[in-house]
Amino acid sequence: MRDLAVDLGSLESGKKAVVIAIHGGIGVTGRLDAMGIRPGIVLEKISGQPFGGPVVVQVGRNRIALGFGMACKVQVETGRGENAT
Amino acid sequence: MRLVMVGNPNVGKSALFNRLTGAHVIVSNYPGTTVEVTRGAMRIATQRIEVVDFPGIYSLEPTCKAEEVAAKEFAKLTPDDVILNIVDSTNLERNLGLTLQLIKLRKPMLVGLNFWDEAEHTGVKIDAPALEGLLGVPCIPVVGTTGEGTKTLAERVHQAAISPYEFDDHCKWDEVGRILGTVQRLSHRHHTWRERLGDASLNPFAAAVIAILVLGLSLGAIRWVGEGLIDYIFEPFFNRVWSPLMLEFSAFLGGGGWLHHLLIGTLINGEINYGESFGLLTTGLFVPFAAVLPYIFAFYLLLSILEDSGYLPRLAVLADRLMHNIGLHGMGVVPMLLGLGCNVPGALSSRIFESDRERFICITLTTIAVPCMAQIAMIIGLAGRHGPQALIIIFGTLFVIWFVLGGVLNRFLKGESPEILVDVPPYRMPHFRSLAKKVWMRLVWFLREAVPFVLGGVLLANLLYSAGVIDFIGRLAAPVVTGLMGLPEESVGGLIIGFFRKDVAVGMLAPLHLSFRQTIVACVVLAVYFPCVAAFIIILRELGVVRMLMATAIMVATALVVGGILNLALRAVFG
Repeated sequence: MRDLAVDLGSLESGKKAVVIAIHGGIGVTGRLDAMGIRPGIVLEKISGQPFGGPVVVQVGRNRIALGFGMACKVQVETGRGENAT
Repeated sequence: MRLVMVGNPNVGKSALFNRLTGAHVIVSNYPGTTVEVTRGAMRIATQRIEVVDFPGIYSLEPTCKAEEVAAKEFAKLTPDDVILNIVDSTNLERNLGLTLQLIKLRKPMLVGLNFWDEAEHTGVKIDAPALEGLLGVPCIPVVGTTGEGTKTLAERVHQAAISPYEFDDHCKWDEVGRILGTVQRLSHRHHTWRERLGDASLNPFAAAVIAILVLGLSLGAIRWVGEGLIDYIFEPFFNRVWSPLMLEFSAFLGGGGWLHHLLIGTLINGEINYGESFGLLTTGLFVPFAAVLPYIFAFYLLLSILEDSGYLPRLAVLADRLMHNIGLHGMGVVPMLLGLGCNVPGALSSRIFESDRERFICITLTTIAVPCMAQIAMIIGLAGRHGPQALIIIFGTLFVIWFVLGGVLNRFLKGESPEILVDVPPYRMPHFRSLAKKVWMRLVWFLREAVPFVLGGVLLANLLYSAGVIDFIGRLAAPVVTGLMGLPEESVGGLIIGFFRKDVAVGMLAPLHLSFRQTIVACVVLAVYFPCVAAFIIILRELGVVRMLMATAIMVATALVVGGILNLALRAVFG
């Protein structure tokens, strides 16, 4: 399957993906890192609230809700995610 | 030596703290329950050790006020302090990130592997001795809610060691991965029904339906339990047992005189009327115990169930968009809900926010538009006489104020609102004993904090009336109170006592026999114009003098504007 790079905001709910990069300042990157969202990690988008509401992702054993703007800073790649564990 | 408990948010530090020290700290299932540093003591062998419970932190760099509180305390650590790092065993990977950061501090430490039971249930197998061997510090499995393992933990505190573990800071997560590879085995498992429910309450449409059901049922349950307790237990007790006693006491006092006036108050048609007599032993006891306590109990019972189940962060996700209109992110539902119980914990809980701007909006809105349960109970009692319509208008108006004022503040205050970033914890079945303990703690807290103030308020009201102060201020304030808001001059008494205690203030309106319109205006204005003294002190502490004055100006202005508009509008609609 061809790899598809999108951001976490526009990723479809229910899809797994690999985090490629986080396009944010040191603050956002640091906070996301501490919550377990960092490049290389596999996550699954559980849901996205409509009208730019928060996105909920499953990362390992954690379920994390993050604002839509923040989610859009997280670049992910699908395709690889399906096979990853 | 002190034992300092550090860990990620919502890993059960406070539950464990209570277990270790026998202290009573509120424990819930959402990140950010603890926003203060709590100290307690435990005894190991013959030594008394101070134990410190911190707000949870994700890393050593603070991102919100609660974490700043932790960071500040952290800077004060002395060389002989011991770090007790609590980790969530079901979630070792992320928790070890902080553990490694702590190791770099080179302080004696030990690790408590909390939620050990839940980890086993969910197929996480951790080799604690192996972890201990790797890190070189004691690693002890514990279960905070039941207390399992806490004895071993206490026994091993003196074995706390400075970890010899070496690693490169930049490869922290690789290091965590390596450790996990050695000490953790995951077995495959099926989704539990709680997880399915967890999924459903995050799906936007199901979530809205669930929220309406949960909040509707909670509201119904609070009213049912509260009214039930009042109608079948507290009122009958006061009417059948307490009144005859007080009447005898009244006769003993000679049926009059200043002492009679102070303790019994005024007899209405030769009977004690708890709404109007206004003596310390009559209204002064009836208000906190029979009118307010049942609702406080009902409210905290339901709130505690919601807190412990893990539903609140899910509600936060759902409410996030709505809350952004008022400049807060979704976690703002937490201080607002706590504020419905009492504005003091509500205002304190604003520390979960990242910026001063959010904290200002949150605290201002809580004190203006979120009436506490004591006040709500009295409003239900007073305005309920005019039918549900009056209650709907009162609480509806407060909601509109909340929403509109929040929008205005959001628009005109500089800065932006940071976005939500929160752990959505798993659903947990509320643990009966922890739940009962929490409700009990909150009731005791209410009785200890409120009853003296209520009695003080009743006393003060009597003194001010006797001294003619209330009449005097009433005449001074007449243009505003009577002219603008259409209230009788005497209602100024309630507004004065409202600085002190809101439930007594609402109670003081009862003898005035206000009309439908006046009741609504008075209840809304009383809720809005100023916080009670207990909340005021907290606001001053949390916001500082300048922003406290700003908040106060907003309160007074809102009260005047809303009181005036409501008076005119109700006159126009209802005549």
